[in-house]
Amino acid sequence: MSVITVENISKQYIIDHKKGKGVNTLRDVISENFRSIFGNKKDQTTITHEEFWALRDVNFSIEQGDRVGIIGHNGAGKSTMLKILSKIIQPTTGTVRIRGRVASLLEVGTGFHPELTGRENIFLNGSLLGMSRTEIKKQFDEIVAFAGVEKFLDTPVKRYSSGMYVRLGFAISAHLDPEIMIVDEVLAVGDAEFQKKSLGKMRDNSASGRTIIFVSHNLTAVQALCNKTLYFEKGRLIEQGETNQVVASYLSKVSKTRLVRQWDTPKEAPGNDLVRIRRIELIPDYVDDLTHIDVRTSMKFRFEFWNMMERANLNLSLHLNSLTGECIFNIGTQSQPYGKGLIAGECTIPGYFLNDGSYTISMMIVKDTVTPVFVMEEGITFDVEDYREGIAWYGKWPGYVRPQFPFHIKMLEPVVSEQ
Amino acid sequence: MKTHEVVIQPGRSERHYWRDLWRNRELLYILSMRDVTVRYKQTALGTAWGLIRPLTTMLIMVFVFSKIAKLPPDPGIPYPLMVLGGITVWTFFSTAFTQISNSVTLNSNLVTKVYFPRLIMPLSSIAISLVDFLVSLGLFILLAIWYQFIPDWHLLLLPAFILLALLASFAFGLFFAAVNVRFRDIAQLIPFIVQVGFYICPIAYSSRLVADKASEWWAPLYWANPMVGIIDGFRWSLLGEKAYFNPQSLLISVSIVLVCLALSLYFFRKRENTFVDDI
Repeated sequence: MSVITVENISKQYIIDHKKGKGVNTLRDVISENFRSIFGNKKDQTTITHEEFWALRDVNFSIEQGDRVGIIGHNGAGKSTMLKILSKIIQPTTGTVRIRGRVASLLEVGTGFHPELTGRENIFLNGSLLGMSRTEIKKQFDEIVAFAGVEKFLDTPVKRYSSGMYVRLGFAISAHLDPEIMIVDEVLAVGDAEFQKKSLGKMRDNSASGRTIIFVSHNLTAVQALCNKTLYFEKGRLIEQGETNQVVASYLSKVSKTRLVRQWDTPKEAPGNDLVRIRRIELIPDYVDDLTHIDVRTSMKFRFEFWNMMERANLNLSLHLNSLTGECIFNIGTQSQPYGKGLIAGECTIPGYFLNDGSYTISMMIVKDTVTPVFVMEEGITFDVEDYREGIAWYGKWPGYVRPQFPFHIKMLEPVVSEQ
Repeated sequence: MKTHEVVIQPGRSERHYWRDLWRNRELLYILSMRDVTVRYKQTALGTAWGLIRPLTTMLIMVFVFSKIAKLPPDPGIPYPLMVLGGITVWTFFSTAFTQISNSVTLNSNLVTKVYFPRLIMPLSSIAISLVDFLVSLGLFILLAIWYQFIPDWHLLLLPAFILLALLASFAFGLFFAAVNVRFRDIAQLIPFIVQVGFYICPIAYSSRLVADKASEWWAPLYWANPMVGIIDGFRWSLLGEKAYFNPQSLLISVSIVLVCLALSLYFFRKRENTFVDDI
């Protein structure tokens, strides 16, 4: 039995391009209308409307008890789809039919108020997610135990550590009892152990016939949890079916080596009014005249960006992620004052460090060590090929990294055979 | 178990909207409690602030209008009592109106993350002003005891005027709440409206002074203000026949409030589905 059918769903946004600030003020609208009344066409060129389809003609249906993963790049329309299913936004065209009680978790701890205590926030968040007070009371002790915040129940959550905050938020949602559960990346937070616990809890729930829709960048999590997968690209649903099959075809499509990206004028470069990226490049120091990167190759990551701020304390943070979405490492520079201008730098990733696989590099420019100014997601994509010497075993080398730490082995004493 | 089917389509508002609203009454209660609790967290004086504000306003009014400008109160009523009666209902209306107008934008984090009937937000934002109102009504009672003022049967009509003030704040606030999502100018406009309202409504003075000048060109404009009837009526039910009250002005109030309420509700329901796109 289909619990969710989605027919011809499209969502269109109209983006106003205009000079100046982005927020609509009453004055803009009034003056705009005045202009059109008096037929003054001169100024109309300053405002252009651009149509943007966040989703285009999406069709699928979900059976009861299915655990469905939704994958795709940033901006592929995954979150828009979830928000339509959650009744938060209305589609521009099409119909969705949903049978059963839905709970959407688009955020951990939705509505948590920092001034309220853990106890008060459990009731607040629970009822926002659709639980009745009696339900919350019944599950209260279990929620608190799952989150492990017994001692801090009457402390305002603003004093919680970020880990506690996330655990409490997830614990509440894990105790919901809807027929259909919609989850957006909430598992991407929290420590590894808690993630495992949460995934386990979700899987247990689906054994009891619950339908789960799960959006994630983390393909490993999708593979662990979901039996079916939808693959979105640029607002269209381009593939659906068994998880392993869809994930494999996603990987084959996205694993394209892209070592250099350059923008010549600040206008077209990615960024914002504060910083713009000019060039990012990965320069491999190929071994033995090879033309591909393997586990021995050391690489230089070079970047250039325009800083448009007069005087800003900036530092960089690089994320090297596996293609499946796990962060392999994150390194940052010291914060330093920079004036307006083009800034360049580089960072070396040594050879004999990464395991074979596909990786992406994201670069974040941070102001005053806390405020991200701009994040360049998945700027560089590259593959690291396998290379082994003197080993007759060709199975997949386990682990995220493959460093060569020094071993020292010697024989302590020979066994003297008695003859 | 019966599972009803939910259909999501462009332009289709929830068919069971009002039932949904009723189902979410617990959420309404919890959001109201949130606002009230948060308001007085980390304040040393707590709910005493609900007393301090009307009390100081009253003292200033008494000083400026009674001692300096020598405005006469309604005959037989102590001036402070008359002013406090006006301040009590006006503060109730204006805080409710302000809270409602900002309710959707203040809860934007919820609008983008969960579905619930959006009317819950303006409804729950009333709670704070109700609590403040009860506190300042207590203050009024204390002052009435001090002046040994004994209310009469008019007091029975008080709840009707309180409800009317509430409906008025809802009727005007709801419209601004929906517009505020798109045009943040509203947030700037509201304090201004409240400030102007304070002087064009009979708070520091009695409507009797205006009734004496019925031939002036601005007199009809004065009576067209829906708050005049509500404030006069509120004072009349507290202070009795000695307070000035023109039943005709009440008729104006009720009709304007009801028409605005219907229009605002219609407008809000029409806009609420696109809040998330504009917020």
